[in-house]
Amino acid sequence: MFGLFESGFASFTWGNGVMLVIGGLLLYLGIVKKMEPLLLVPIGFGVLLINLPLGGLMETIVEGNVVEAYAIGGEPAGLLSRIFYYGLVWEIVPCLIFLGLGAMTDFGPVIANPKTLILGAGAQFGVYAAFFIALAIGFNINEAASIGIIGGADGPTTIFLTNRLAPTLIGATAVSAYTYMAMVPIIQPPIIKALTTKEERAMYMKPQLRPVSKLEKVLFPIIGAIIIILLVPKSAPLIGMFTLGNLLKESGVTDRLANTAANALIDILTILLGIAVGAFMSAASFLRAETLMIFGLGIAAFAASTFFGVILAKLMNLFLKEKINPMIGAAGVSAVPMAARVVQRMGQKANPRNFLLMHAMGPNIAGVIGTATAAGIFLGMLG
Amino acid sequence: MPQEIIEVPITGKILSVNVKPGDKVKEGDILCILESMKMENPILAPVDGTISQVVVNADQVVSPGETIATIEH
Repeated sequence: MFGLFESGFASFTWGNGVMLVIGGLLLYLGIVKKMEPLLLVPIGFGVLLINLPLGGLMETIVEGNVVEAYAIGGEPAGLLSRIFYYGLVWEIVPCLIFLGLGAMTDFGPVIANPKTLILGAGAQFGVYAAFFIALAIGFNINEAASIGIIGGADGPTTIFLTNRLAPTLIGATAVSAYTYMAMVPIIQPPIIKALTTKEERAMYMKPQLRPVSKLEKVLFPIIGAIIIILLVPKSAPLIGMFTLGNLLKESGVTDRLANTAANALIDILTILLGIAVGAFMSAASFLRAETLMIFGLGIAAFAASTFFGVILAKLMNLFLKEKINPMIGAAGVSAVPMAARVVQRMGQKANPRNFLLMHAMGPNIAGVIGTATAAGIFLGMLG
Repeated sequence: MPQEIIEVPITGKILSVNVKPGDKVKEGDILCILESMKMENPILAPVDGTISQVVVNADQVVSPGETIATIEH
């Protein structure tokens, strides 16, 4: 009747309690453990907000009735359901984040050593491995594709694809992708260690890559966009924005735009994305067996991507004259720059002379392109 | 005494220099922190020895191939 009498306590469920703990855990990981704080803090807080009943943040109007939880097909009526709908369902936020990522990315290592593009493709095997496992345990084909793409460890791409193919899963796949991206430094090292000997990890690679000219750097996003989008048309929203962002950076005449895209714009989008993803994790939509399975499959996808990346690098060494340190294959998952940094740290630990960062950046950036392309292929087949 | 010259591996900025001439270092000790690609990267001593020369300063922007320090071992 009056707002005064409408306290949330009576509507608070045990599920809300569980979600508050999960939200608190995400905040803890972000603030105390400093794992991807820029993402986990807004996501964690979004989870808190949405699990305090009657706030109306995710309200949707369905056939004239106000529904408290987000309802697909309804008209958004709350602060966060509007952000979620116009930002994520309309696919604006993930694609514009790719614009910012493009403006931050230096394609130099890929141009200097194009072999590393193959490693970026290799890691996508994990995407397909998880796709088939998800199919086998009973997810439908669209859901399986959305789960498999988590293996690419690329949040915006995961959201983009899930929204198109299996929108009910978006909370679970997005949080799973971002959690695993944040956990790259924990998940990858044991897998890399199991697949390589100490000698392999200590393998020295010369730090100097060949210098890359400005002309090459300007042409790369232009030619890259033309080739990739002609090959996989459905990758156009992600790859188009990514390459445009990179052209803004490399053209030398649009520094202001590149700066905004790489800093202010991506910060704003990260806030919107984080809180909207968190807001999708209400007790009702998140505490389901399906969500747990998606988390399980997500980590399997991610582990498999790491596995195939390293194996492919070892295979390439059978044919290469100048051997590569097989660990850089693990950077083929697209968690930029965390995966490259893991390789850098492990390489330096095995051999203090080693500095693999720029060698690992090549597969890492190729991984971003690879995952966006894999998403495009799924969309082309299923969308 | 043999010398080992530590070179800059990647373009970036020196955030801090952790050693000075005369310091004894062990393999794996941090010589300086190099910021590159928005990451803080430690540069490590490749051998046990004594620092004979430090060429870089904090806040200096460096390019690949430049000398960071020399270690006698």
